[in-house]
Amino acid sequence: MTPPDEAAPRRTEDEPAQAERRAILADSFGVAIATGAYGVSFGAIAVTTGLSVLQACALSLLVFTGASQFAFVGVVAGGGAPISGAATALMLGTRNTLYGLKLASLLQLRGARRIAGAHLVIDESTAMALKPKDPANARIGFFATGASIFVLWNLATLIGALGGRALGDPETYGLDAAVPAAFLALLWPRLTTLRTRLTALCAAGLALCLVPITQPGLPIIAAASVAVIVALRPPTTPARSS
Amino acid sequence: MWAAIVITAAGCYLLKLAGLSIPDKALDRPLVRRIADLIPVALLGALVAVQTFSIGQTLTVDARVVGVGAGVIALLCKAPFLVVVAVAALTTALLRLAVG
Repeated sequence: MTPPDEAAPRRTEDEPAQAERRAILADSFGVAIATGAYGVSFGAIAVTTGLSVLQACALSLLVFTGASQFAFVGVVAGGGAPISGAATALMLGTRNTLYGLKLASLLQLRGARRIAGAHLVIDESTAMALKPKDPANARIGFFATGASIFVLWNLATLIGALGGRALGDPETYGLDAAVPAAFLALLWPRLTTLRTRLTALCAAGLALCLVPITQPGLPIIAAASVAVIVALRPPTTPARSS
Repeated sequence: MWAAIVITAAGCYLLKLAGLSIPDKALDRPLVRRIADLIPVALLGALVAVQTFSIGQTLTVDARVVGVGAGVIALLCKAPFLVVVAVAALTTALLRLAVG
């Protein structure tokens, strides 16, 4: 939006980019603490649905995408076969492919960085990568958020799994409201145009309509169709470059 | 159970990697770019709604709605992320404590 200075200073001396980087790092850890804390409830819920502590930790270490993990244990808790839990988790995991599609051009990851970075492609790291204006800060936002959530999420899962029911109900602390609030806070800065607001509202409406009639997790995936339908209509005003 | 966990882990990783590995050219098309822009908006919107208004396959209105509402007020006041989340959690917890 603001054209860069004619004599653009090197990035290391770029004051706005540096200030932005500090803000991004602070936000990244904020997101990580909020998300990580919720890992306690994942660990506890996983164990109370019949998974072992090792299985709960394996899910957090190897699957590492919260919604898919919750879907997995949710289906198992609801009496579903483990394999249908896996299917639900995978369907929910498809959104990470779409996030990756968005991140590929932004982060330009190659080789080992891509192999390692891929594991960190989740809701929060994507949102934090898309926030900064400076492309170098996009990488910082992505890796700082992804790595710190990975550490805290796994620690929290272990604590939750070991503590199990002894920790008490996470709802006592309102943690079940903290999660949608966190997603809303991530969504908020994007709601700058009528187009994005409509997309979010229609997606929310469609998802809620589908909740009673589909498997847990499917309403979220179905909501992606709203993005496709809205995108089919070319913007009437020139697209705002960000 | 372990087989399902391994399938989930391998599948979820490959889904993530596939996104990062799609050629840049695919993003050059305006339609793909618009879809990729709007996908997170739609999914985040759906996640907010589903996690606020449902338990499993049941739609419900409970203390979470008030908590998320308080989060909205915090967002309107331009509060930072962590404050928004804390306000939502605290409001929900206090409301549950008050109502019992």
